Amino acid sequence: MAVTYRLIETVTVGVGGAANVEFTSIPQTYTDLMLLYSGRSTRAATGDDMYIRFNGLSTNLSSRVLYGTGSGVASYSDASVAYVGYFDGDTSTASVFSNGSIYIANYTASVAKGISGDNVNENNATGATQQINAGLWNSTAAVNQINLYALNGNWKQYSSVSLYGIKSS
Amino acid sequence: MATKLVVDCSTGVTTEVELTAEEIAQREADAAAWAVAEAEREAEATAKAEAKASAEAKLAALGLTADEITALVG
Repeated sequence: MAVTYRLIETVTVGVGGAANVEFTSIPQTYTDLMLLYSGRSTRAATGDDMYIRFNGLSTNLSSRVLYGTGSGVASYSDASVAYVGYFDGDTSTASVFSNGSIYIANYTASVAKGISGDNVNENNATGATQQINAGLWNSTAAVNQINLYALNGNWKQYSSVSLYGIKSS
Repeated sequence: MATKLVVDCSTGVTTEVELTAEEIAQREADAAAWAVAEAEREAEATAKAEAKASAEAKLAALGLTADEITALVG
C-alpha cells in the first residue's frame, strides 16, 4: 500500500517561546499539506487567535471563522487575514494545550489554495471554544514556506507543530 | 527580543532567529488591525442584543407571555 501521509518535520517551542513557527524549503512532492499542533499562547487571556501566511507574503489572504463557546456561537469574516485557529492563552487552565489541525489543499498547483482549520481551546472551565475556519490564499504560486503566528502573544514553551505531506495516491 | 523558530525542511535543522524590525512592525500592525475588527464585532453584537431586548420588552408590553416571545424570537 502506498504511503500517502508522511511526517515532514516537527518542531517544539523552547524555553523562550516563539512569535511564530516557520517551515521553509517545503518539499514539492505531495498533493496537500497538513499541520497538526498542540499549542498555547503567552497572551494573558483564555485564548489567542492563530493565523497563517505563505512564502513570506501577507497579501491575497482571507478567512471565514465559526466558533462556539459552550454558551453561544458566532462567526465573522476577514478580507485580509487567514485565521486558522484559536488556542489557549496563558490564563487558561495551567499546563493545558489546545490541539488542532490545518489543511492546505493543492499547495503546488497553479490555483488558489484552500485552507481549513479545526481546533479546540482546551480549558477546564465553563468557557472553552471550539472553532472551525475556512481560508483562502488567492495565489497561483506554489507554497514553499509556511508561517504560523500567535496573534497577541508568543507560542509558549512545549507547544509543538508537525507538518505532514499528503499524497493523493 | 522576540524570536521565531525556523524549520528548514530540506535539512531538518531548526533555528531560533530574532525577528527583524520589519517583522516586528508587521506583527504589531496585525494585532492592531485585529483589535479594531474585534471592537467592531463586539459593538455590532452589543447593538444586536440591545435591539433584541428592546423588541422583547415591546412584545411583553403588548401582552405576549415569555413563552410566546421565545416562540417568536428564539
